[in-house]
Amino acid sequence: MALIEADKISKKYTLGDVEVNALRDVSLTIDKGEFVSIMGASGSGKSTFMNILGCLDKPTSGRYLLEGIDISGLDRDELAEIRNVKIGFVFQGFNLLPRTQAIENVELPMFYKGVATQERAERAMDALSMVGLETRAKHYPNQLSGGQQQRVAIARALVNEAPIILADEPTGNLDTKTSVEIMDLFQRLNVENGITIILVTHESDIAEWSRRTIRFMDGQLMLDEERKATHG
Amino acid sequence: MVNVPWTARLALRALKANKMRTLLTMLGIIIGVAAVIAMLAVGTGATQQLTEQISSMGSNLLIVLPGSTTSGGIRMGAGTQPTLTAGDAQAILEEAPAVDAVAPVLSGTAQVVYGHQNWSTGIVGTTSSMLTVRDWPLAQGRGFSGADVKNATKVCLMGQTVVDNLFGDEDPIGKNIKIQNLPFTVVGVLSVKGQSAMGQDQDDTIMVPLTTAQRKLFGTAFPGMIRIMLVKAKDTSELDNAQTQITDILRQRHHIGQQQDDDFTVRNLTQIMQAAEQSTKIMTLLLGAIASVSLLVGGIGIMNIMLVSITERTREIGIRMAIGAKTWDIRFQFLMEAFIMSMIGGIGGIAMGMSGSAVLSKIAGWPVIVSPFSILLAFGFSGAVGIFFGFYPAYKASLLNPIDALRYE
Repeated sequence: MALIEADKISKKYTLGDVEVNALRDVSLTIDKGEFVSIMGASGSGKSTFMNILGCLDKPTSGRYLLEGIDISGLDRDELAEIRNVKIGFVFQGFNLLPRTQAIENVELPMFYKGVATQERAERAMDALSMVGLETRAKHYPNQLSGGQQQRVAIARALVNEAPIILADEPTGNLDTKTSVEIMDLFQRLNVENGITIILVTHESDIAEWSRRTIRFMDGQLMLDEERKATHG
Repeated sequence: MVNVPWTARLALRALKANKMRTLLTMLGIIIGVAAVIAMLAVGTGATQQLTEQISSMGSNLLIVLPGSTTSGGIRMGAGTQPTLTAGDAQAILEEAPAVDAVAPVLSGTAQVVYGHQNWSTGIVGTTSSMLTVRDWPLAQGRGFSGADVKNATKVCLMGQTVVDNLFGDEDPIGKNIKIQNLPFTVVGVLSVKGQSAMGQDQDDTIMVPLTTAQRKLFGTAFPGMIRIMLVKAKDTSELDNAQTQITDILRQRHHIGQQQDDDFTVRNLTQIMQAAEQSTKIMTLLLGAIASVSLLVGGIGIMNIMLVSITERTREIGIRMAIGAKTWDIRFQFLMEAFIMSMIGGIGGIAMGMSGSAVLSKIAGWPVIVSPFSILLAFGFSGAVGIFFGFYPAYKASLLNPIDALRYE
């Protein structure tokens, strides 16, 4: 069974009188342990596709199976639960909670899952060590550099042991050197921990870290190519 | 499941992030609660004072006043015609089944002298029934005996104010005083009653036997004349019966024909006072209701600030939703903030209301009573205000679309 199975997914929006087909009949499967990059110009439908993969949105038609579960039949709270345990999000703008320590940010998904206090603290610390920030646990986001903030966000994505990390332009706000560090971290999580990484980017040198590239254009899947990773 | 202590900590942190705003919002609740507490305290104090005055007057009390005179077609006020007698009082006691006791009164003012001290006070000629009718026990000594009234002996009972003015620290029992230059022996001291409902000092009085007042102190137009009589009914429910029975007996005794008006008036003092007490209670409720309007305004303030706060924190809500917060996680978080604000405001308001009441009591000079009930009410009310006015903002936050919320700048 594939980890992710999209079957003829379409998404339509109505903007005023105009109906926009953001996605048209997109079908693809992603297996466990893959490192996939999704590319495309803005408006190509890649963000819409990401939102559906991340269970933040539901397709207008078609089926989306995540570990065999049909997402379209789930309600708000069931989707929240899926996001909580199956998907780790990493955003371009880091999206850490302000005035909240790094470790508390990492603990957040476990609160919503209902993990006990002791275990929560231990697992948050483990996740921070995985991204090399165990010494910064008590720092607030505004005391951390961009790269460090993004690593806290990755620790947060890891902490509930979600099988998938969805990263939306994770290096968009970072300089080249830091970008390389973050991509290196993703690659390590992919190879060593077997986490499926799905990465949205418009930079081809970032996409080169992945072993499969999917390209969107006008809401349709244009290209789906596998290659040997050039890094690592 | 929702984690309460964690949510509370989260809420406190969010409130601390905007200290000034939180304080100002809470101020609305503080003022509201303080107003409710203070207004209820003032009202409760007034009611209690009135209740004490009513019970000090004596319970189930009727007053019989003589009728009015008509001279040259001009009718004078009630009590201008001396028509009541000690015989009337005796007849009422014997013939009216609803009556428990009757105290006839013939009163006047006189100068009282003891040694070098003198004092002007009200002299009440009455019988031993007076102490029963007015629920007025003796502090020391004895009351009037039957022989005192029968023989018009010169003995007297003294109110505490008179004792203080004439005797100071001396024991008055057995001492001789002069009332209008006639020697009287003090046989008893009345217990302290305090102010009457009309603000008179009830302890500034001397009681003498009715017959002594009639024959030796105050001249009477005819033998046996009294000014008024105080009647105690057997029970509150018997007050109306007693009134009817007294009227019937007096009309018969005074030979008043079918078409003629009464030459006396029966007043139900207890009822009048109870009506006053009732209106004070209503006033208390009214004050409380007005004060709770300000609490309502405080609640609207909370709602307003919560709505602003949710708009500002749309992105935070989006992040929380993305990483797995469910509808009730979000709802509970914001409800908790509103609840904590109103509860802290409530506690502050209770403190302010209590100190305000104390100050008010000092300035106004009337008792102010903060009842545990009003504290509980204010506390419960402020909590309810927080939840009620916090709910809509929390509900709104929980229904945000996570994608839009995440993209919010």
